[in-house]
Amino acid sequence: MPIDLLHQAHSAATSNQWAAIFPELALGCLALLLLLLEIVLPKAAHRHIPLVALLGQAGLLVGLLCNFDSVTLGATSFNGLLIHSHQGQVMRAFFLLSSLLVTVLSMISLAKQSVPRVEFTHIVLIITAAMMLLAQSNHFVTLFVTLETVTIGFYILVSYYRTSPFSLEAGLKYLIMGALSSGMLLFGITLLYGVAGRTVGADGVVHTGFEFAVLGDFLTAHPGNFLASAGILLVLAGIAFKIGAFPFQIWIPDVYQGAPTPVTAFLAVASKGAGFAVLLSVLHVFSSYHELLMPVLTVMAAATILFGNLAALTQQNVKRLIGLSGVSHAGFLLLGVLASAYVPMALGAVNFYLFAYLLASFTVFGVMAHVAGPNDAEQELDHYNGLMKSNPFLATVLAVGLGSLAGIPPLAGFMGKLFIFISAYKAGFYGLLGIAICGVVISIYYYFGWIKAAFFASADPSPAPEVKAISINWGARLVLTALAVLTIALGFYQGPLGAWVSNR
Amino acid sequence: MSQLPFDPLLLSVVAPLAVAAAIAFGLPKRWSVLLAYAGFGVPALIALWAWIDYSSAAQAHGYAYLVRHSTGLDGLGISLTLGLNGISLPLFVLAGFVGLAAGLYAIRSGAERLKLYLMLLLIMQGGLMGVFASVDIFFFYFFHELALIPTFIMIGVWGGRDRNYAAMKVTIYLTAGAMLSLIGLIALYVKSGADSFDLITLRAYLAAHPLGATVQHNIFGLLLFGFGILVSLWPLHTWAPLGYGAAPSSAAMLHAGVLKKFGLYGLIQVALPLLPLGVGGWAHTLAWLAVIGNVLVVGFITIAQRDLKQMIGYSSVMHMGYAFLGIACYSAVGAGGVVLMMVAHGFSVALLFLLATSIHHRTHTFDMGEMGGLAQKTPVLAAFFVAATLASIGLPGFANFWGELSIFVALWKFSPLITALAVAGVIISAIYGLRSVARVFFGPATDELNRVTTANPPADLSWSEKLPALILLAALLFVGFWPKSISTPLNATLDAVYSAPARSAAP
Repeated sequence: MPIDLLHQAHSAATSNQWAAIFPELALGCLALLLLLLEIVLPKAAHRHIPLVALLGQAGLLVGLLCNFDSVTLGATSFNGLLIHSHQGQVMRAFFLLSSLLVTVLSMISLAKQSVPRVEFTHIVLIITAAMMLLAQSNHFVTLFVTLETVTIGFYILVSYYRTSPFSLEAGLKYLIMGALSSGMLLFGITLLYGVAGRTVGADGVVHTGFEFAVLGDFLTAHPGNFLASAGILLVLAGIAFKIGAFPFQIWIPDVYQGAPTPVTAFLAVASKGAGFAVLLSVLHVFSSYHELLMPVLTVMAAATILFGNLAALTQQNVKRLIGLSGVSHAGFLLLGVLASAYVPMALGAVNFYLFAYLLASFTVFGVMAHVAGPNDAEQELDHYNGLMKSNPFLATVLAVGLGSLAGIPPLAGFMGKLFIFISAYKAGFYGLLGIAICGVVISIYYYFGWIKAAFFASADPSPAPEVKAISINWGARLVLTALAVLTIALGFYQGPLGAWVSNR
Repeated sequence: MSQLPFDPLLLSVVAPLAVAAAIAFGLPKRWSVLLAYAGFGVPALIALWAWIDYSSAAQAHGYAYLVRHSTGLDGLGISLTLGLNGISLPLFVLAGFVGLAAGLYAIRSGAERLKLYLMLLLIMQGGLMGVFASVDIFFFYFFHELALIPTFIMIGVWGGRDRNYAAMKVTIYLTAGAMLSLIGLIALYVKSGADSFDLITLRAYLAAHPLGATVQHNIFGLLLFGFGILVSLWPLHTWAPLGYGAAPSSAAMLHAGVLKKFGLYGLIQVALPLLPLGVGGWAHTLAWLAVIGNVLVVGFITIAQRDLKQMIGYSSVMHMGYAFLGIACYSAVGAGGVVLMMVAHGFSVALLFLLATSIHHRTHTFDMGEMGGLAQKTPVLAAFFVAATLASIGLPGFANFWGELSIFVALWKFSPLITALAVAGVIISAIYGLRSVARVFFGPATDELNRVTTANPPADLSWSEKLPALILLAALLFVGFWPKSISTPLNATLDAVYSAPARSAAP
């Protein structure tokens, strides 16, 4: 017996494959290194610490892309806790790229406040590592633990401007809503675990309902189980909070407005992306219950697109506006996720859309971080009046970003929408497609209104004070130019990213 | 294949875009202007060359100069395929020439923030050349949108009266139209099963596997109303006069003259040949909407206009009615008439918008009630305006005549009643056309005008205005006296395209 146990322990240890999660480990070490540097370096050198973070993340991203099709692809590790797949690699790159850009944004934005900076980057890195693991989780325990790491990190980040009442209010709201959603998710997981129970496999290893494969088999074998259905719906509700889908989008405007601009960007892009990564993997597990899932998700997608766009129409605060427009983007992505159940290319379409959304969002947030005054929560549309005259560079970049979010060709956002629409049409979601079209047309109004504020001379005889010339350091200028150029280039030439859509 | 060492069609698209990019990256003003000449000149030269060379060029799948470039989406059946057939050649030429005229006019217009203005106009020009050179319907749509976006900004920044409202309205209407037609094109792509946006592949595939009648009917409806909004089909036309009234002249010239033809071109090049069974169900709806709405209702509204630019805008909405009538006939004659008319209308409406702005420079008003007697002060301007008006009414000798004539001939077979109503529209256009000439150029000058002209007496057309106007008028007269230069390649393509799928799809 002890021999057996030893044998099991040994096989478990060999299945661990620490090398497979090297990027996450390295990110964690980098985060610790930042804290260490703050202790050992003299105060004058502290301003270089974010640069170290930047270089580290860039290096990891390049390394990840170079080893994109690494040998572990398709294998599970850590005794089935993680699964390494192509989709996981795509999401890892997505999260790394967004954390890299959040670091850049934080260097611009945090300089306007008197808050500690190194801790901020530290938390961003930890959250990113957790998100990367989340995208590869193959087990409900990993899923929940990593998701909680992400959420708790965000509790801190959202209320990071601790002298701003808006930031504190946002933090409290996010805490309450986040706790509620985690509770629902956990309750759902418990129910699913409860019904699936434990099985002992042929090799004598005990399997539980936490494992995706086991749960999937159970659900296939027991269609229409009431408790399982309830569990599935609760899990979906928990995820819907993360992606900001109707009717769980209620926290978005306030939290987005109050959170520091880089955190808003992080929430809007990476947190949403994490939600979709989880959604894609659990939908795969729940696929045998599609008669329950499809109507729920269809209604959710339609309501999300409509609510996001209609609510964004009347916003004057750009952070609220971008938050609500992000809700509608979640709706378009949901449409793609729905289609992915029937059409293989839809998964590629969702991925492409996510990357196009990332580029466009960070372009817009980059401009917002520059235009924002000392009060980070008050960024009104009026503040953009005459931006073209005072800062032609920022205005042009903003127009590219907003155009891409609106889905105007020849920008990347249009291609994303096109791919989603093609896959939705192939999957036969004609009604949803009609709603999506209405959503696009409505969205033109507010995106264009923003561009109008920046570009067109105001007809108002007594315009709000116009924007002063803003100094942009060369690094930020480089990053913004790169984002805008990539957004345009991806619209003309999709190259390898196009292969996601067409080669499946 | 062409004998040129480069792909001429790709160059005509890339040249303006490259100049625009160069300006965007901070070219000094003097160089921007010089390069802009090249940006507008190269497409026009290529268009001229293609017009002359087309008949002797080698044809592949019914297209001359066919070239395919990959953009990484081959798996979806999307590739940048450029080529010209008899339907696209006249419009390609139109785009080249009107673009040149609008560009020359813009360069010398002395607009505020000239660099940005030229940049947007060049993007528009590149998109326009791409629309008519694309064989792939995805890129056909893509280039249209590329050309469309600058109009929104140009109306908003350099527009006249009500520019904010006009810019927003035009944007929302045109986006709605574009989205509807996008869904139509996606539907065509998915339902055809050919897994390709390439028009040649689609045509061959659908000839072998025709779609069911209901599917054709539905997709045609999507395309008809999607494209219809873009071409200002009544009652979805209200954006057009407002937008043109507010748009700066070069943008109005390019949009009304060329870009608006996208929808009609799409119907003739894509919808009619690929969905022959879809036309029948919609033909009567379309014909009645066009004749009652576009021709008669909008015709009467045009008569009531006092604002010169708005009047031209309404008159262009009215003329689009004839084009829709030609499409409703679903015959090679009708479609040929529409293409001829698109070309003729493109030249004449661009000329009218140019002249209207020239008049505005001299009178400082667009209100025709505050003008009069300009002919004595500016005889050359008056001569151009009279010629342009006569062309747009459809006087023989101008290209417009041939277009309308063929449409009426085709329409007679479709419905004599509708033909009678449509012909009555010609009288309406004569009334407002001649009346505008009389009110602007003849009769005694009004007090308001006298006050303006005594302060700064109006000069006649300068060369910077005359040259673009001459280009447009020469093209109008050339096509008017020698329509064969367009109709010969046009008929060859129409015969091939229109007979083949219809016959095979007939039960």
